[in-house]
Amino acid sequence: MNARAIVVTSGKGGVGKTTTTANVGAALARQGERVCVIDTDVGLRNLDVVMGLEGRVVFDLIDVFEGRCRLRQALVKDKRVDSLHLLPASQTNDKSSLSEARMQETVRRLVEEEGFDRVLIDSPAGIESGFQTAASAADGAMVVVNPEVSSVRDADRIIGLLEAREIQDVRLVVNRIRPEMVKRGDMLEVEDVLEILGIKLIGIVPEDERILVSTNVGSPAALEENSRNGAGGAFRDIAKRVRGEDVPYAQLTVPGGFLTGLRRLFGGS
Amino acid sequence: MFRLFGRKRSRESVKERLKLVLSYDRAKLSPGRMEQLKQELMVVIVKYFPAAEKDYDVRLEQHGDRMVFTADLPLSSADA
Repeated sequence: MNARAIVVTSGKGGVGKTTTTANVGAALARQGERVCVIDTDVGLRNLDVVMGLEGRVVFDLIDVFEGRCRLRQALVKDKRVDSLHLLPASQTNDKSSLSEARMQETVRRLVEEEGFDRVLIDSPAGIESGFQTAASAADGAMVVVNPEVSSVRDADRIIGLLEAREIQDVRLVVNRIRPEMVKRGDMLEVEDVLEILGIKLIGIVPEDERILVSTNVGSPAALEENSRNGAGGAFRDIAKRVRGEDVPYAQLTVPGGFLTGLRRLFGGS
Repeated sequence: MFRLFGRKRSRESVKERLKLVLSYDRAKLSPGRMEQLKQELMVVIVKYFPAAEKDYDVRLEQHGDRMVFTADLPLSSADA
């Protein structure tokens, strides 16, 4: 993706926006980029705990917007990867200073003055002003979707709104695929979701209980190099594709066999 | 239709249901309004084809990037 500022969004809540932001951000940083992840879910701060950085938060996005601190003071440096930084949301629900102009200015300064290669913006759920503010500063988007009817429907709405904002680079992350359910015909396949939504893919992430374990301890699964076949490896692959690498899609394994078809479909692209 | 509640191939059901609901979503038209449109169209149609079948088919179809409204109206031999 050519986009420097990528909004991670979904419409529906609970499909994995924050997990995707934390893991792709961590993987991009591990791969050598200077990365800032921004939590824009004002009042419902969570990216800090998912990344295990909650104890280091001093200032937040609203403090920056209202001039109570300098931008650099609000950045929380990751404890595992030096080039990874978090700009936390505030935990109070005062959204009065949240504006598209301030968001755009903050992202511009992160890139031009603080020298970040990539800014990932974790959007709140919904299609209201919180999402619009997050999207306003982005030149690319990752839409996270679960292979499930309400998530796909909401993703379609979000894609329409991103297109209305003329965000060019809109890519799809299909999260929480359960290969054994796909195999027996009880879950939408990735190709179905792509056909229905009509945008380009950037990642297929299997359901993986290690994600819950990694958020329990506040350490993104993508940083655990032994998680080759699970969600951690899938998030590392997404980071590589964001950086422009041509990474083939891994076959999703099911107990007792392999899911062919995925490779057939995506092997060439 | 009732296979929907069975254990076989729920993937096919969800795919078809999604395509249908998204066609209405994208056209910003509810299924109820669509039915109303069909009834109102019928009033006009019978002026020109008095024997036209009352139970004709209207639907929204995705053609590439655009949404198309289609009415499929078989004419009886009395009109054609």
